[in-house]
Amino acid sequence: MIQDHLAALQVVLPLLAAPLCFLLARQRLLAWLLTTLVSWGCLAISLALWWQVRDGDVIHYAFGGWDAPWGIEYVVDRLNVLVLVIVSGIAAITFPAARCSVEKEVPEDRQGLLYTALLLCLAGLLGITITGDAFNLFVLLEISSLSSYTLISLGRDRRALTASFQYLVMGTIGATFILIGVGILYMLTGTLNMADLAVRLPALGESRAMQTAFGFLIIGVGLKLAMFPLHLWLPNAYAYAPSIVSAFMAATATKVAVYVMVRYLFTIFGPAFSFTEMHVQLLFIPVGLIAVVFTSIVALFQHDIKRMLAYSSVAQIGYMLVGIGLVNVSGLTAALLHVFNHALMKGALFLALGATCYRIGAPLIDNLRGLGKQMPWTMAAFVGGGLSLIGVPLTAGFISKWYLILAAVERGWWPVVVIVVISSLIAVIYIWRVVEAAYLQERPDDAATVTEAPLALLVPTWILVLANFWFGVNPGALTALAGDAASVLFGGYTW
Amino acid sequence: MVFSLFNYWVVIVLMMAGFYTVIASGNLVKKIVGLNIFQTSVFIMYISVGKVIGGTAPIVAANTELYSNPLPHVLILTAIVVGVATTALGLSLIMRIRQAYGTVEESEILDISTREDEAG
Repeated sequence: MIQDHLAALQVVLPLLAAPLCFLLARQRLLAWLLTTLVSWGCLAISLALWWQVRDGDVIHYAFGGWDAPWGIEYVVDRLNVLVLVIVSGIAAITFPAARCSVEKEVPEDRQGLLYTALLLCLAGLLGITITGDAFNLFVLLEISSLSSYTLISLGRDRRALTASFQYLVMGTIGATFILIGVGILYMLTGTLNMADLAVRLPALGESRAMQTAFGFLIIGVGLKLAMFPLHLWLPNAYAYAPSIVSAFMAATATKVAVYVMVRYLFTIFGPAFSFTEMHVQLLFIPVGLIAVVFTSIVALFQHDIKRMLAYSSVAQIGYMLVGIGLVNVSGLTAALLHVFNHALMKGALFLALGATCYRIGAPLIDNLRGLGKQMPWTMAAFVGGGLSLIGVPLTAGFISKWYLILAAVERGWWPVVVIVVISSLIAVIYIWRVVEAAYLQERPDDAATVTEAPLALLVPTWILVLANFWFGVNPGALTALAGDAASVLFGGYTW
Repeated sequence: MVFSLFNYWVVIVLMMAGFYTVIASGNLVKKIVGLNIFQTSVFIMYISVGKVIGGTAPIVAANTELYSNPLPHVLILTAIVVGVATTALGLSLIMRIRQAYGTVEESEILDISTREDEAG
């Protein structure tokens, strides 16, 4: 009985828990407990969904019994189950850590609201991933975006407010572009169902309107996933948001946007239109490579470590775009793997940084001096996440970069290989800056002595760090899933 | 030509006017107003799409065969709600910004932030 409705519950559970959490807002402990339990429930549901589609089945769930293409349909296949698991998994790990960090960083009367917004954001992100309806995707995108703006504005620094406002303006423009694109597609085909669109669009032949819709959708989704040079909202948003929000959003929000991009390019428009007719790879490859090099260099010069990691996130998005732009199955596999692995590594790094902020306040590089002795576990976790970010063998980051390089070699595009390697070396430098400050420098005499971060923060951080190593050593199941999803998406198409 | 596609020309004019205001205006409130106009243009586009020439309002009645398409209108009701929520959130953020910085001009906020960054 209940297993037939899992697809709907995946979104309905956090969505209904949010108003309940709002009612409990004064009882901070209860609000947090509810948020945590819901995130665990979501993880259980997405794992159960993974179990149901593991052999390549596709679940179609017709909302309210209205069959597609008339009603709204939720679809679970091997591509989006991967994203569902990562989003709900990161939520299930970061939300339990939230209480400790939030008590320190957010005024008491706003904590309950923060949990409510977290639940709404989770519902939106899971909804975007699971829906099979183009307009429904827009609505859920706005649910997650509006709650993200709120979450970012709760940061301690007043610059959080301007960061949130900037994100609101750019995010709304992006969402409106998506709305225009969907509107044009509806004008052309009379349907909003993704599977139905995929059947009807190729039948149109060459159509100027369809090309326009494609442009609007790519730019709109590009704004959401912080495609260079549309990434300007991201560094400040992640730097000034409360630590736990940075950890959750950095690990999930842009990943979901990458998934939306893949869904539009491959499922709705189809690879033949996207790559042969529109040549979108000629956009993605240069934009991705510039992002990879340029934002990595910018990250080198940041004093605020949160900002440094935020710039590094834009660079990681660059790898995913390059993976898609290589237009072969291994490239797309690399991009999907990097979606998963980047969530693990950035989640670990931002949580470790959250634990540091818990003790020392602002995460400026100067404040980290000599911290390796005083907070050994936290800094070790940071180093672990950093190794994965660099792409050291036996970490998850290595697996996705390895596949990316293989895909570029398969194409014979050696400059791409060289740039990926160079940018990994730049990552070594910016992670080394932190290591150098924490381990090789002495703690200044006037700095307060601090102790290790509380276990409530350390345990989730280490779960993510160990996950990085676990998926680095046993990548088999994950690469098989991503590889299958990628070859289904290409459907035999070659460029 | 212009009159047969009048609605769509209005959409383009409004869209560009709104977009320009968002980009060019330094006042945060004006930015939100520009954003609103930008979104409204898309609403008009959707509503225009729903019109079927010669069709009546989509209410089942005797002796009518041709109805306009109600679906885009329903969709845009949702989008209007989203737009209202965005505007409300944007304006309340502006209130908080004004409390924190004492101004709603982007250039002045930028000056204050730069000075803060330099001070450490």
